[in-house]
Amino acid sequence: MPVSEGNSGEKIWRRRTTGEAMVRWLAWLAGVAVFVWCWNRISATTTWFFVWDAPRIAGDIFDRATPPRWSYIEKLWVPIWDTLNIATLGTILALLMAVPVAFLAARNTTPSTRFIRPAALLVIVSTRSINSLIWALLLIAIIGPGILAGILAIAIRSIGFCAKLLYEAIEEIDRKQVEAVTATGASRWQVMAFGIVPQIMPAFAGISVFRWDINIRESTVLGLVGAGGIGLQLSGSLNTLAWPQVSLILLVILFAVVLSEWISAKVRSAII
Amino acid sequence: MTAASPELTARLGQPWKKPPLIRQAWLRIALSLGAVVYLAAAVSTVEVNWSRVYEGLDRGAAFILSFTRPDFLTRGSDIWEGLSESLIMTVAASVVGIAISIPIGLGAARNIAPLPVYLICRSIIALSRALQEVIVAILLVAIFGFGPLAGFLTLSFATIGFLSKLLAEDIEAMDRTQAEAIRATGAGWTQWINYGVQPQVMPRLIGLSMYRVDINFRESAILGLVGAGGIGATLNTAFDRYEFDTAAAVLLLIIGIVMFLEYLSGVVRARVQ
Repeated sequence: MPVSEGNSGEKIWRRRTTGEAMVRWLAWLAGVAVFVWCWNRISATTTWFFVWDAPRIAGDIFDRATPPRWSYIEKLWVPIWDTLNIATLGTILALLMAVPVAFLAARNTTPSTRFIRPAALLVIVSTRSINSLIWALLLIAIIGPGILAGILAIAIRSIGFCAKLLYEAIEEIDRKQVEAVTATGASRWQVMAFGIVPQIMPAFAGISVFRWDINIRESTVLGLVGAGGIGLQLSGSLNTLAWPQVSLILLVILFAVVLSEWISAKVRSAII
Repeated sequence: MTAASPELTARLGQPWKKPPLIRQAWLRIALSLGAVVYLAAAVSTVEVNWSRVYEGLDRGAAFILSFTRPDFLTRGSDIWEGLSESLIMTVAASVVGIAISIPIGLGAARNIAPLPVYLICRSIIALSRALQEVIVAILLVAIFGFGPLAGFLTLSFATIGFLSKLLAEDIEAMDRTQAEAIRATGAGWTQWINYGVQPQVMPRLIGLSMYRVDINFRESAILGLVGAGGIGATLNTAFDRYEFDTAAAVLLLIIGIVMFLEYLSGVVRARVQ
C-alpha cells in the first residue's frame, strides 16, 4: 500500500506511490503540451481580425436569413423526395452487401479465418473510415453528378457500419440453437436459415433502421458536392448568398433529421 | 400421460412452418405492399444517365488500379500539410469538446441535476446532435473565415452532443447505493461527484472519448470540402484534377490512421474496462 510518513513517523494512506504520481504528472504535462502546441498551430493560421469581428458578422447573417422565404418550399419538394430516396435506397443496397460481408467476417460463420475473415474485415474498415461525402466526390468523378452517385456513396459508406454491427451480433448468438438445428441433419444453408438468421433478425432490423436514420442526415449534405438531394439547393443558395432560402433549407433539414430520429427510435423500441 | 391440449392436437401431424416476423397478417401485407409501392416510385424517379455511367467505368477502373500505385510524393507537401492540420484539429477539438461535455453531461443527467439545468443541457445536446457537422462548418466558415479554427469549433461542438448524451445516460444508469454511501459520509457536492459518481462512469468515459477522437479524425477529413481546414481540400483538388494516384494516397493514409486510432482505442478500452 502506498504510504508516506508523517511528521512523527506515522504512516499516512496515499492513493499512489511517488513514482506513479510522477508518471501521471508527466503524462498530463505531455498532454497539455501537445494541446497547447496544436492550439498555437491553429491560431497561427487564423485571421484573428475576422474572429473578433465574428459576432457582428453572425448578427448580420442572422438578419439576412430571417425570416425564411417560406414560398421557396415549392421548389424543395422534389429535392426532399430525392434525399429520402438516396437514404432509403442507399440503406437497402448497403444491407444487401453488408449481410454476406458480415457472415464472412463473423468468427463462427466464416469459411476461413485465415484468408476470408481478414479480407472481410478490411472491407469493413475501409468503407467505414471514409466519409460518405468523400465517396460521393469519388463517385461523381467516376459516374458523373446525380442521385445515383449519392445512393452509391451512402450504400458504400454504410456497408462497414452495418456489417460490423451485424457480425458482432452473429458472434454473440446462442450456439445451442445452431447445434440443435445441425443435429436434425440440416444442411449448411438450412442451419443458416433456421439456426442463425432468426437469432440475428432483431439486431438486423435495429441496425437497418438506425443506419437509415444516420443516412437521412448524411444524404442532406451530399448535394454540396453535387450528389443530388436537398444539399444541391443548399449549396446553390449559399453560392448566391440567398440567406432566406438557406435558413428555410436548414429548417427543413433540421425537421427531417428530428423526424427520422424519432421514427428510428420508435421502430427500434418496438423491435427490441 | 396427460391429454394433449386442443392447441397441440390441432397442430399435430401438420408440417412445421416458420413463424412470420410480424404476427398480424394485415399489417404484414400492408407493410410489404407499401414497401413495394414506395420502391417502385423511388426507383422510377432516380434519373440515371447510363451512357455517362458507362463512360465513367474506365475512370473507375483507373481509380481502383491507382490504389496499387498510390502517389505520396508528387503532392507530398500538400498531403503532409493537410494531414497534419487534420490531426491538429482532431486533437484540439477532442480536448476542448471533452472538457466542455463533462459539465454538460453532468447537467443532463436527471438524477444529479435540477430540472432547469437538465432542460438547458438537454437542449444544447439536442441542438448539437441535430445539426450536421458539415452544415455547422459551413456556417462557422461564413462567420470566422476559412481555416482550421472553423473546423476546430465544428468538431468541438459535435463532440459535445455525442459525448454529453452518452455520459448523461451512463450517469443515469449508475449504481445509486455507492453515490449515497459517499453522501452519507457528509461529502459536499464536488466530493460526491468526484468519489461517488466519477469512479463509476470513468471507464466508459475514457472509452467513449477514444471513440470520439476516432470520429473527429474521420470528420476532419471532410471539413476541408467546405473550407474548414484539413486534408479534405487536398483530396477535393485531387479528385477535381482526376489525379487518382494522389487521391488514393490520401485515402490510404486516412484509412491507415483510422485503423491505428481504432486499434489504439481498443487497447485503451481493454485496459480501463
